Amino acid sequence: MFSNPDLAQILFGRLTWEAIPYHEPILIATFIAVALGGIALMGAVTWFGKWGYLWNEWFTSVDHKKIGIMYGILAIIMLLRGFADAIMMLTQKAIAFGPNEGYLPPHHFDQVFTAHGVIMIFFFAMPLITAVMNLIMPLQIGARDVAFPFLNNLSFWMTAGGAAITMLSLFVGEFARTGWLAYPPLSGADYSPGVGVDYYIWGLQVAGVGTTLSGINLIATIVKMRAPGMTMMKMPVFTWTTLCANVLIVAAFPVLTATLALLTLDRYVGTHFFTNDLGGNPMMYINLIWIWGHPEVYILILPAFGIFSEVVSTFSGKRLFGYASMVYATVVITILSYLVWLHHFFTMGSGASVNAFFGITTMIISIPTGAKIFNWLFTMYRGRIRFEVPMLWTIGFMVTFVIGGMTGVLLAVPPADFVLHNGLFLIAHFHNVIIGGVVFGLLAGINYWWPKAFGFKLDSFWGKTSFWFWLIGFYVTFMPMYVLGLMGVTRRLNHFDDPSLQIWFIISTLGACLIALGIASFIVQIVVSILRRDQLRDVTGDPWQGRTLEWATSSPPPAYNFAFTPVIHDLDAWWDMKRRGHAAPRDGYRPIHMPRNTPTGVILAGFSTVLAFALIWYIWWLAAVAAIGLLVTSIAHTFNYKRDYYIPAEEVMRTETRRARAMAAAE
Amino acid sequence: MTAHTENRLAENRPAELDAGAEAPVFYDTDEHGHHPESGTMLGFWIYLMSDALIFAVLFATYGVLSRRYAAGPSPADLFDLPLVALNTALLLFSSITYGVAMLEAEKRRMGLTLFWLGLTGVFGLAFLGIELYEFHHMISEGAGPWRSAFLSAFFALVGTHGLHVTFGIIWLVTLMFQLPMHGFIPENHRRLMCLGMFWHFLDVIWIGVFTFVYLMGVLLA
Amino acid sequence: MPLDSGMRQGFNNRNPANRDSAGRRSAAPLRAVAALLLPILLSGCGTVLMNPSGDVAIQQRNLIIMSTVLMLLIIVPVIVLTLVFARRYRADNKDAVYDPDWHHSTQLEVVIWSAPLAIIIALGAITWLATHTLDPYRPLTRLDASRPLPPDVKHLDIQVVALDWKWLFFYPEQGIATVNELVAPVDVPVSFKITSATVMNSFFIPALAGQVYAMAGMQTQLHAVINREGVYNGFSANYSGAGFSRMNFAFHGMSQQGFDQWVAKVKEGGKPLDRAGYLELEKPSERTPVQHFASVENGLYDAVLNMCVTPGKMCMSEMHHIDAMGGAGLESHGNRERLQYDNLRMQEGHEAPGATYPASGRAPRDNDVQPEGMSPKSNAPETNQPQPGPDAHQGHAMPNAPDGSAPAQLNNKTNE
Repeated sequence: MFSNPDLAQILFGRLTWEAIPYHEPILIATFIAVALGGIALMGAVTWFGKWGYLWNEWFTSVDHKKIGIMYGILAIIMLLRGFADAIMMLTQKAIAFGPNEGYLPPHHFDQVFTAHGVIMIFFFAMPLITAVMNLIMPLQIGARDVAFPFLNNLSFWMTAGGAAITMLSLFVGEFARTGWLAYPPLSGADYSPGVGVDYYIWGLQVAGVGTTLSGINLIATIVKMRAPGMTMMKMPVFTWTTLCANVLIVAAFPVLTATLALLTLDRYVGTHFFTNDLGGNPMMYINLIWIWGHPEVYILILPAFGIFSEVVSTFSGKRLFGYASMVYATVVITILSYLVWLHHFFTMGSGASVNAFFGITTMIISIPTGAKIFNWLFTMYRGRIRFEVPMLWTIGFMVTFVIGGMTGVLLAVPPADFVLHNGLFLIAHFHNVIIGGVVFGLLAGINYWWPKAFGFKLDSFWGKTSFWFWLIGFYVTFMPMYVLGLMGVTRRLNHFDDPSLQIWFIISTLGACLIALGIASFIVQIVVSILRRDQLRDVTGDPWQGRTLEWATSSPPPAYNFAFTPVIHDLDAWWDMKRRGHAAPRDGYRPIHMPRNTPTGVILAGFSTVLAFALIWYIWWLAAVAAIGLLVTSIAHTFNYKRDYYIPAEEVMRTETRRARAMAAAE
Repeated sequence: MTAHTENRLAENRPAELDAGAEAPVFYDTDEHGHHPESGTMLGFWIYLMSDALIFAVLFATYGVLSRRYAAGPSPADLFDLPLVALNTALLLFSSITYGVAMLEAEKRRMGLTLFWLGLTGVFGLAFLGIELYEFHHMISEGAGPWRSAFLSAFFALVGTHGLHVTFGIIWLVTLMFQLPMHGFIPENHRRLMCLGMFWHFLDVIWIGVFTFVYLMGVLLA
Repeated sequence: MPLDSGMRQGFNNRNPANRDSAGRRSAAPLRAVAALLLPILLSGCGTVLMNPSGDVAIQQRNLIIMSTVLMLLIIVPVIVLTLVFARRYRADNKDAVYDPDWHHSTQLEVVIWSAPLAIIIALGAITWLATHTLDPYRPLTRLDASRPLPPDVKHLDIQVVALDWKWLFFYPEQGIATVNELVAPVDVPVSFKITSATVMNSFFIPALAGQVYAMAGMQTQLHAVINREGVYNGFSANYSGAGFSRMNFAFHGMSQQGFDQWVAKVKEGGKPLDRAGYLELEKPSERTPVQHFASVENGLYDAVLNMCVTPGKMCMSEMHHIDAMGGAGLESHGNRERLQYDNLRMQEGHEAPGATYPASGRAPRDNDVQPEGMSPKSNAPETNQPQPGPDAHQGHAMPNAPDGSAPAQLNNKTNE
C-alpha cells in the first residue's frame, strides 16, 4: 500500500494486507455472508428511517429493561457464532481419521476451539445471564431502575465492544490458539507471537470491565433499592441468586483483570511473570486464572438456579419448598466456590494432602446443590404442575444436571481425575452442567419472562420442539463423549489414528445437528411469536399466575416500572397481593423521577474498542488518540449535572389508564 | 378444596380472592426521592473492594516472585529507604490535607477547600515525581521490569499504585473546576466523599506496599 | 406432620388400578433412558480406562466405579422421583393432592441436607485415603492387588522430556535414550521423572496410570507399574500448540527378557545423543518418527531440566542458588542474557510450519533453520562463551554444578 515500509509501520503497526485471510474460502464466505447481512440490516434501518429511533430509544437508553434486551440480542448472535465453531470442531473430529486430515488444519482448528470456549462463556452465557438479571431483578424488587443506570448502559456497550473485538479476529488477523484460558508459557510472546492472544486478552479485558461494573451496579441495586417491606429473607430466590452471582462477579473478575494484565505485560513489555525463564512462574497464572474461573461457573449457574426456582414454584402453583434452605444453600455455594480452584489442576503435582483438601471442598459443594435439587423436587410434590415450556426445561434440567453433578464429583476425586483430566470425559461433564444447567435455565427464563419483556407469550409449539431437539441432541452429543473419555481420548485433538473412535464422533456430530435444530426451532419460535403477537398478547401482565413482583406491573412494563412502589408483606409478594385483594390506586399519581438517556456509554465503549484494536496491532498513535478520547469523554461526562428528569403525573396517569382499559377490554 | 383452588388459578381475579380478608397497604402512595444517595457511596465502596482485589493479586504475585532475582539485583541492592520514607510521608500528608479539605467543605468555605485540595494535589504530584525518579534510576541501572520476575512484580505493583494516584490527581483537578462552578451541592459533596475514599484507599495500599515491598524487602533480605 | 401423611397418600394410598397404569406410563420414559444408556454403559466397560493394564490405573478404575456407585445411590432416586412427581402432580391429574401452601417441613429438610452429606462424608473419606495411596509421587508398595512389592525389587528410572511435539525418554541406568518410544518390563516398578523443554504438556499413558503435567524448569514424578505385556497408547494430554494432535508415542510392556533385548538393540543400532544433537532434536517438529540413541552425554537430562543445554547458559539450579543467597547485586547484567530461554526460538526462528502464518503478522522463518547436524546459530557470540563468564558474582554460585544438581524446583511445594 505504501512504498515506505517505515511509514506504513507507523500508520498501521503490524497490520498488513497479509492479515486479511483472503486465502481462506471458509472465512471469505463467512465474511461475505456477514457483510451482506450487515449491509441489508443497515440498509433496512436507513430505509425505514430508524437510526434516530435506535439511537435515542435503545443505544443511549439507560432503561434496565432495554439494556437487558440488548444484552439478550448480543448473546443470541454470539451463540450462533459459538455454535458454528462447535459444529466445525465436531465435523473435523468425525472425519479426520487415519489418512484423512479433515478440513481444518491445526492453525485453524486451534483457533476454533479457543474461540468456541471464549465466545460461549464470555459472550453468550454471561451476556444472556446479565440480560435476565438486568431485565427481571429490578422488577422483582419493585425498583424503578438499577442503582447506576448510566453505568448499566456503559457495561452493556463494553461487553458488546469485547464481543466485537473477538469477532473482528475472524476477518482481520487471527484468534488465540491456546485454549480458552490461554495458559502460559504457550500464550506468552515467545510461543504465541502473533496477534491471536492479544485479541483474546483485549477482548476479555474490555468485556471484563463491563461485567465488573455491572456486578457493582446490581449489588448496589439489590442492597439499596428494594421496595418497602422486602427484607432480605423476603427477596425472591432469583434476586438472591442474582445478588450472590454479582458478589462473585465483583470478587472474581478483578482477579481475571489483574491476571490478564500481567500476561499483557509479559507480552508487551517483556516482563517475567509467567515465562519459563528469569524466575517467571507459569503455575501462578494457572492458579490465578482458576481463582477467577471457578467462581465464574457459579456466576453462570446461580442465576440459572434462581430461574428454576421461580419457574418450578409458579408452574407447580405452589410456594417454593424450603425457601430458607434455598437461600442458605446459595450463600454456601457462593463462599465455597472460592475454595476449590485447585481441582482444575490436580495433575500439576501438588502434594496428596493439598489435592485431597481441594477434592473434598469440591464435593462439599454438592451438598447444598443437592439440597436445592430436593427443594425443587418437593416444590413439585403436591403441586399442580402445568407443563408449559419453562417447566419442561426445568424438568429436563433436573434430570440432566444431576448426571453432570455426579460426573463432576467424580472428577473431584483426585486419583480419578488423574485419568479423566483433560479428556473428553471432562468435556462431557462441563457441557452436561453448562448446557443442562445454564443453557436450559436461560431458555426456561426466556420462555418464562418473554411476555413480561415484550407483552406477548412465545409460541409453545416451537418452544416444545426446541426443547425436545435440545434435550435429545444434548444426550446424543455428549453421552458418546463420556465413552470417548473412558477410551482415553483427550481433548483439543484434530486428528485420530484409532478407527474404533470414529463412530462415537459421528454420533456426537449428529447430536450436535439435533442441537442445531433446537437452536433453529428457538429462532423460529421467536419469529413465529412476533408474527402471531396479537394472538399471544398478554394484557394482564401476569400470564402464568406468577408469584413475584415483576408480574404486578404491565407487560411490557412502562419506563418507570411501577406507578406506585409496591409494599411487601410476604415472600411471594404478588401472590400475596392477589390473595389478599390489593387494589391499585387509580389516581393520585405523582411525577416520577427517572434517569436521562446518554450517549456517553456508547462513546466510551467505542473508544475502548478502538484502543484495544490499536494495541493489538501496535498502532501506537491510534492507541494514544483513543486513550485521550476515553479520558476526555469521561471527564466531560462528569461536567454533566443534569442526568435525570421527571415523568409528569399526567403521563403516568395516561399510561396507567390505558392499561386499565386494555385489561377491562380483555375480560 | 382442589376444585376450589382450580377456580382460583383459572380466574386470577385478585379482587375476588379470599374476599373479606383484611387488605394491608400494598402501594406506597406517598413516596419521594429517587436513588438514595448512599447507593452511590455503597457502589463506590464495592468498586474500591474490587480494586483492592486487583491489588491483592499483585501483592500475591509479588509474594510469590519476591525472591526470584534471576541472578540479579535484590531489594537491598535497589531500594533507597530514606527516599521511599519521604515518599510515604508525602502521601500520608496528602491524606491529611484531603481530610482538612473535607472539613472546610463541610463548613462550605470554597476558597479554603480549594486550597487544601490543591495542596493535596501537589503532594500527590510530588509523590509521583519521586516514584518516577526511582523507576528511572532503577531502569538506568539495568534493573527494569524485564530483568527478573522480582522486578516485574515490583514494577507492576508499585506502578499500578502510581497509576491510581495519577487518576486520583486527574479527578482532583476536575473536581477543583466543578466545585466553584456548582458550589457545595449534594452531587459535589458526594464526589468529594468518593474521591476521599479513593485517596485514603490508595494511602492504605501504599502502607502495604511500603511495609511488604520496601521495609521487609530491605530489612529481611 | 403434613409430610408423612402426604407421603403416605402420595405413595401408598393409591388404588391398584391407578398405580398400574401410572406405573406403566411412567416406566416408558425410564425404559427409553435405560435403552439409551445401556449401550453406552456396555461400551464403557471395554475401554482402556475401565480395563487398564497397570496396577495404578486399575486402582484408579476401581475408585471411579466405587464413587459412581456411591453417588448413584442418590442420583437414581432423584431422577426417578423427578419423573414420578412430574407425572403424578401434572395439572390434569385431579386425583393427586394439591397443597399450595405446603412449603416447609423440618424433618424433610434435615433429610435432604443430610442425605447428600452422608454420601459426601463417605466419599470424602475414600478420597482422602485414595489420594494419599495413589499419590503419583509416592513409590509403589505393591505390584498388583495380590502381590506386594518384593523386598529386593529394583526400580526402573525413566526421565521424560516433553519437546515440541514429541517425547524424549532417558534411561539413565541403561545409558540410552529414545524418542516417541517407551519400553518397560512388566511387573517392575517404574519411576518417571518428568519435565518439559517447552510449554506445558501432560504425560499420560491411560493403560498404565494417571497423567502428570510436564513443565519446563520443573520436575514432576510418577510411579507406576505395567502388569501385562502389550503395546499401549501414550500421548500429551495437555494442549501444547500446532503439533499437539500427533504428540503420541507407543508404550511397550515387555517381559524382562524382551526389555533387555530391546536395550541391547538400542545400544547397537542407535547414534549417540550429545548436547548439539539434543538442541537439534529440540527444534519443533511434528510426527517425529521413533529414534534410538545408544548413549547419552553425561548430565544431559539435568541440563534440560535446568534449561542450560545451550552452551553459555546459566542453569536454573545455579540461578536458584544465587537467588537464595540474596541475588547477584547490581553488576549482574550479563546474567540476564545467560538466563534467557524462551526467546531462543524466537531469535533463531525455529518454528513448526503450523506455528506461523500470514495472519500472525510474521513471515514464516523456515528458511532460517540451520542445516542438519549443525549447532544452532549463536545469536550473541560474546555471551555464548562457556563459563567462567564476565560475571563478577559468579563466585558464590558454584556449589551446584549443573551435573547431578537437585531438581530446579520442588514442584509439590510451589503451587499450594
